Amino acid sequence: MKVHLHEKDLRMLEEKANEIRQTLIEALIGAGSGHSAGPLGMADIFAALFFYILRHDPKNPAWEERDRLVLSNGHICPVLYSAMAHAGYASVEEYKKTLRKFGTKFQGHPHRQYFGAVETSSGPLGSGLSQAVGMALADRMDRGRSSGRFIYALLSDAEEDAGNLWEAAMLAGKEKLGNLIAVVDRNNIQIDGYTEDIMPLEPLRQKWEAFNWHVQEIDGHNFLDIIEHINEAKAVFSKPSVILAHTIPGKGVSFMERDFKWHGTPPGASDMPGEPPKGEQGRLALEELRTLGGRIISEHQ
Amino acid sequence: MIPEEAKLNPKLFDKDVEQVPIRKGFGEGLLAAGEADKRVVGLCADLTESTQMHLFRNKFPERFVEMGVAEQNLAAVASGMAAMGKIPFITSYAMFSPGRNWEQIRTTICYNDRSVKIAGSHAGVSVGPDGGTHQAIEDLAITRVIPRMVVISPCDSIEAKKATMAAAKTTSPTYIRLAREKTPVITTGETPFEIGQAAVFFDSSLGDPTSKLDAGIAATGALVYKALKVAKRLSEEGRKVRVLNISTIKPIDEKAIAALARQSGAVVTVEEHQIAGGFGSAVAEVLAREYPCPIEFIGVHNQFGQSGKPEELLEHYGMGEGRIYEAALKVMKRKS
Repeated sequence: MKVHLHEKDLRMLEEKANEIRQTLIEALIGAGSGHSAGPLGMADIFAALFFYILRHDPKNPAWEERDRLVLSNGHICPVLYSAMAHAGYASVEEYKKTLRKFGTKFQGHPHRQYFGAVETSSGPLGSGLSQAVGMALADRMDRGRSSGRFIYALLSDAEEDAGNLWEAAMLAGKEKLGNLIAVVDRNNIQIDGYTEDIMPLEPLRQKWEAFNWHVQEIDGHNFLDIIEHINEAKAVFSKPSVILAHTIPGKGVSFMERDFKWHGTPPGASDMPGEPPKGEQGRLALEELRTLGGRIISEHQ
Repeated sequence: MIPEEAKLNPKLFDKDVEQVPIRKGFGEGLLAAGEADKRVVGLCADLTESTQMHLFRNKFPERFVEMGVAEQNLAAVASGMAAMGKIPFITSYAMFSPGRNWEQIRTTICYNDRSVKIAGSHAGVSVGPDGGTHQAIEDLAITRVIPRMVVISPCDSIEAKKATMAAAKTTSPTYIRLAREKTPVITTGETPFEIGQAAVFFDSSLGDPTSKLDAGIAATGALVYKALKVAKRLSEEGRKVRVLNISTIKPIDEKAIAALARQSGAVVTVEEHQIAGGFGSAVAEVLAREYPCPIEFIGVHNQFGQSGKPEELLEHYGMGEGRIYEAALKVMKRKS
């Protein structure tokens, strides 16, 4: 199933992803704490979701017909907030100025009470898939198997250490929830190190298959790949779908890429061996994003 | 001594008083709530008959989800269904829900402000022979501490039915505590019930707010019956007492508790639960602020349960009628 994506759509998605990355880095610098690597690694998928895939209306966040997006690994909310702000759910400037600050819409982990447009308040890992399963069950009770609304569950790879997640996977398989699409950020890092050293997840594809899910693997930085496989997931009728999205944590900032040290650290917060001095980290990260790693000379420079 | 407006079971103190498990009232209440509102759904973790959810399942199979032995999923799936406008009731044994899945209840239900109703069955040591692993005596403490949570501990099956139907009509996350064993039926269909309202079930002063009492007994759950029997005995011995049935532990009826203390100056709290953090603690929190007075706590003293017959266990862990009686005498003495 090959997708036909217009060149202008592809360029738009690339631009959006880059804007999302720059904004989230600026917000993290302002906050002085928060997660960097995961949000950067998921920026392409969030751009594809909010600017191409999701059925939603930023002007009417409570629109009943909307698809639901549950962010289970709430700690990567800098990318959720950034994508939502660029899509029109909130002010980009307000986000950059107030992330993680007292009274902000943009809490350290998403909270509906402060930012009503997020579908769930989340953070503790392993429960988001359950919530998405609940939404998918309710959708099917109300609208049968052809409702046309899809429930997306965005998961991390390391949260698959948690038993609760597999309880949800088992129920979704039993209930054959074709309206449920999980996307796993397979970035291979967690706080204490690489996932395969901390608690090996492989063979991950076979695990999901054994729970009766339709499993696909994609390059999480290739828009054609992302869109094509989400389309396939939407076409699968009698099983829930999971997309194992292989991503590069820290994507777009060379000194952060594939380095678990940047999992829970923002630029500018601390000096770390082998990394640029803390006073330089923010500037270097933004410069690299603005020039796409030196490939273009940005007009913003 | 039983206030007329309480409309209690006239056979309350008879030897052959009718006995029905509190959980049965939940099952009937859920069925009625389901008939009244199609948004009501039922989720159960492999204990459908035991928690009496089978009445709902049999009538509304399309609105019932069998979760298997997966209580964390039970809570979080219910949160997702509530996000789509459903009113989910979830059931298991109290030890596992809200026990095992406490964090999912805190985060996905209460923190998310989702209208999920948690019915925990087999609470208390009166579960009996199953032993301590299955006797939830910490559930009131861990639920009442969570912001937004409403906590109800009905005294009999009829009150459990009313509490269940009332909970279905609110938007609050709610915990309903149920017991396994047959329990004397104290109330009737006409007994008033409202979430948040305590009710006077025995009163030597017969509603006169100026008359003095020797002691006040604040009780919750199945032990309300024992509290009433103790009150009757004290009354026959010439003591003036009042029994307050406090079925809603959160939000607690502060006015009724303050009035109880003001008139009696000495309070006994009665619950089938750990003393630490439970119902007695909730009462004490109110009295420390509103009307400090001597309090005696009937409940489990920092111990786990074990196998045995329900009555035997209640005696062993200090919750028998004799102990409630002694506590009342003791608290009266402490007044002077």
